[in-house]
Amino acid sequence: MLTKDAYRELGLTDQEYKNILKILKRDPTPTELAMFSVEWSEHCGYPRSRKYLKLFSQDGKYEALVGEDSGGIVYDGMAIIFKMESHNHPSQVEPRQGAATGIGGVVRDIFTAGVRPIACLDSLRFGELDDPYNKFLLNGVVDGISFYGNCIGVPTIGGEIYFNNCYSGNCLVNAMCIGIAPKEKLARGKAVGIGNTILYAGAKTGRDGIGGCSVLASSEFKEGEEEKRPTVQVGDPFLEKCLIEATLEALDTGVVLGIKDMGAAGLTCSSAEMAAAGGVGMKMDLNKVPLREEGMEPYEVMMSESQERMLLCVKKGKEKIIQKIYKKWGLEAVAIGIVVKEKKLTIDWKGKRVCNSPTFALADAPIYDMPYKKVQQPSVQIKKIKKPKDLNKVLLQLLSSPNIASKKAVYEQYDHMVQVNTSIYPGGDAAVIRVKGKKWGIAATTDCNSLYCFLNPYKGAQIAVAEACRNLVVTGADPAAVTDCLNFGNPEKPDRYYYFKRSVEGIADICRAWELPVVSGNVSFYNESPSGAIFPTPAIGMIGILPDVERRCTADFKNNGDIIILLGLNKEELGGSEYLRVIHGREEGPPPDLNLKLEKRVQNACYSAISLGIVNSAHDLSEGGLAVSLAEAVMFGNKGAHISLNDNIRLDALLFGESQSRIILTVSPKNIFPLKDIFMLNKVPFHIIGKVAGKKLDISCGKKKLVNQPLTMLKKSYYNTIK
Amino acid sequence: MKFGIIVFPGSNCDHDCFHVIKNVMKQPVEYIWHADKKLDHFDCVILPGGFSYGDYLRSGAIARFAKIMDPVKKYADRGGKVIGICNGFQILCEAGLLPGALHKNSSLRFICKDVKLKVTNNKTAFTHLYKKNQSVTIPIAHADGNYVCDKKTLKEIKKNRQIVFTYLGNNPNGSLANIAGICNKAGNVLGMMPHPERVCEQILGNTDGHPLFESLISIQ
Repeated sequence: MLTKDAYRELGLTDQEYKNILKILKRDPTPTELAMFSVEWSEHCGYPRSRKYLKLFSQDGKYEALVGEDSGGIVYDGMAIIFKMESHNHPSQVEPRQGAATGIGGVVRDIFTAGVRPIACLDSLRFGELDDPYNKFLLNGVVDGISFYGNCIGVPTIGGEIYFNNCYSGNCLVNAMCIGIAPKEKLARGKAVGIGNTILYAGAKTGRDGIGGCSVLASSEFKEGEEEKRPTVQVGDPFLEKCLIEATLEALDTGVVLGIKDMGAAGLTCSSAEMAAAGGVGMKMDLNKVPLREEGMEPYEVMMSESQERMLLCVKKGKEKIIQKIYKKWGLEAVAIGIVVKEKKLTIDWKGKRVCNSPTFALADAPIYDMPYKKVQQPSVQIKKIKKPKDLNKVLLQLLSSPNIASKKAVYEQYDHMVQVNTSIYPGGDAAVIRVKGKKWGIAATTDCNSLYCFLNPYKGAQIAVAEACRNLVVTGADPAAVTDCLNFGNPEKPDRYYYFKRSVEGIADICRAWELPVVSGNVSFYNESPSGAIFPTPAIGMIGILPDVERRCTADFKNNGDIIILLGLNKEELGGSEYLRVIHGREEGPPPDLNLKLEKRVQNACYSAISLGIVNSAHDLSEGGLAVSLAEAVMFGNKGAHISLNDNIRLDALLFGESQSRIILTVSPKNIFPLKDIFMLNKVPFHIIGKVAGKKLDISCGKKKLVNQPLTMLKKSYYNTIK
Repeated sequence: MKFGIIVFPGSNCDHDCFHVIKNVMKQPVEYIWHADKKLDHFDCVILPGGFSYGDYLRSGAIARFAKIMDPVKKYADRGGKVIGICNGFQILCEAGLLPGALHKNSSLRFICKDVKLKVTNNKTAFTHLYKKNQSVTIPIAHADGNYVCDKKTLKEIKKNRQIVFTYLGNNPNGSLANIAGICNKAGNVLGMMPHPERVCEQILGNTDGHPLFESLISIQ
């Protein structure tokens, strides 16, 4: 039983408690107290981040849709809805269920919008694998995604995995889901129409996940976190699959006026927010909620985060139609309340009123102005970095660095083909899915180099967006819209908050300049362990449109004799590079420069060339620089390459520096002239650097031989790190 | 040729098969609900991939008790064409329509990737448009694809030429005799772990699954 003094334990501050007293003009009931604690937690109400999230623009080249729980764009009459969400703390405590229910939650957010989920991506971060606990986390998380995602029949088509010891003690699991439907089929997360019925559908309510968002997600990790395991939910993907089918069928009837999934803060969040969004109130009888166990208190019923549950607002008198559909899929659908005019959430339990609170008070968490303090990270003096003698060895070392090495062993555990749409498999720059019955397709990617963000949060966050765009562009897609998952440390610490503020400003500025709407997102604070905060990690999820999916382009070198072209410029930049980190053990800045105008021109040139159908392969340059990108294109295509460069910069920077705004393309000799025209028209620097041939990668600069490696050696390094 | 696709709760390749039959093969097709008791007017019945009933207990073990399975057995006994793909193959084995069983992959992991197969029997209704011993690339996506049977059964299915597809090169799941797909003795029931419906269109990378459906349609 909760006492009224329990508010601190629930995560509320003294001031927040005073505000609640002011709103209610009396002492809150234990149920109300619990409800306020979850609704005003960072996880649900965003009190510590909303001020800056308002900077995001929702205007873009494509019509943007911004809904209650997710957002997207409209293209060719179709709504493409997507969102990324974190499940970090649950995964750190219980990796398999934590990751599984992370997928379950974001997938529900998508089909709740009335669209069928068509793809998932995962952005994962762990501490280095030499610590067995991190290996356990990686295996557990991958197993959880595989177990849940495969069963629900949504392909996992991409994502990223990074390792850095800043994530030891606080891994990141960010899941993104994309769904699609004709625009007119979109559903809303609103309760409307006085007298209409509130229907509870799906799994029964149990004690799992109580306080998941307020207790687990909204505080730092300390020793002995295993005790928090009961706050992690347990997922049932089979139930979720049936819930997807039943819900989409129910929405098709036209008698469902509003719908919301019970995710974080369960019934509290879904009822309060549906009522607030509809400008109405709700009267509920908690005795009607299907319960899994006996002896539950009303506050437990309201806070439970049991998975695979939905709340629907159904036209009065039409309940049976919906109940029949859920029953067909083996699921319960029970009327638990009605929509009322007075904007209050009134809840009864065993004949007693346990909640009688204004809806807006619950749904509108306070906004806090958090203090911040500028942080400056050390800069590397490039002259003091020892030049390596054996560049071949460096290349092989980088290829086997877990951040660069192939993630094949991971994505082969995910069904990435179900729904028969996947036109570019995972493993390259971005995955591509076709849309049945349409000429066009969708490319999707996630991206963030958190070391860059640690070294310079504004620039690092911009590079995350720029690189996500580049990943899309090299497949032939036009970048269309952004979702984000903003993972940071404790916002109550001014240095951590500075990272958050600057990252958001960086994303907001580049998205505005490039007409990219930020349509949905998620904030995850308190990612700290006793050894400190994680690197700021504003993970960017993006989709792009391929007007003609037949013209999709992949990274692998295709034909012997094809000419290899480098778009962009090689600069002497080593700050923040994987090379500096792995070979010299330094995590120092500054991160590479990003010129938004040049970057955009490079991307436009690449996009135009691929659209014309004259490009045989295209690959983005990122971690590990030019040499790693070339090695990847060579390995993917199982074809060698002769490269001769002519730059007058340090050779390690030339091969492994991570200068932005670069792409390698191949073209057959007959198409070289139209390609050059496109580059000149876009005023893009480019160089012919070699051709596809043989079974080796050899790179020289002037007369110096830098790299000479057979494919077999490259593959041995690249494919054997992550198993 | 009229196809029926059985939908168990948890099936997730039902839509994929439906799409291929309707939009690629241009044949009439209907879904069949697992609780239905009738199976008339179909020329071929497909048990699709997925996780029927969550694959709880054991893959396919609960689905074999679905109401529709009795009609499926009778339909097969009458010589009706039945294909079980992935989870469908597991269900057919559990239901006794095909010999043997499917264990966990030897790696104990779910595996999704393109694999090379050999068409070891091209004299069936499902494979006659492939060449004898033709090598084809068809993806797998399963956790329990490790085919096993006793020695006597193996001898029998070899003798009766019931082994239709085998894995070429690396065996991805540890299956006995590299078995990827088998048919019943009469040759009208096929079960296979690889997903032919995933490779019927060029936009998905290859069309090696197309001849399987075309074989069926062309004998009609």
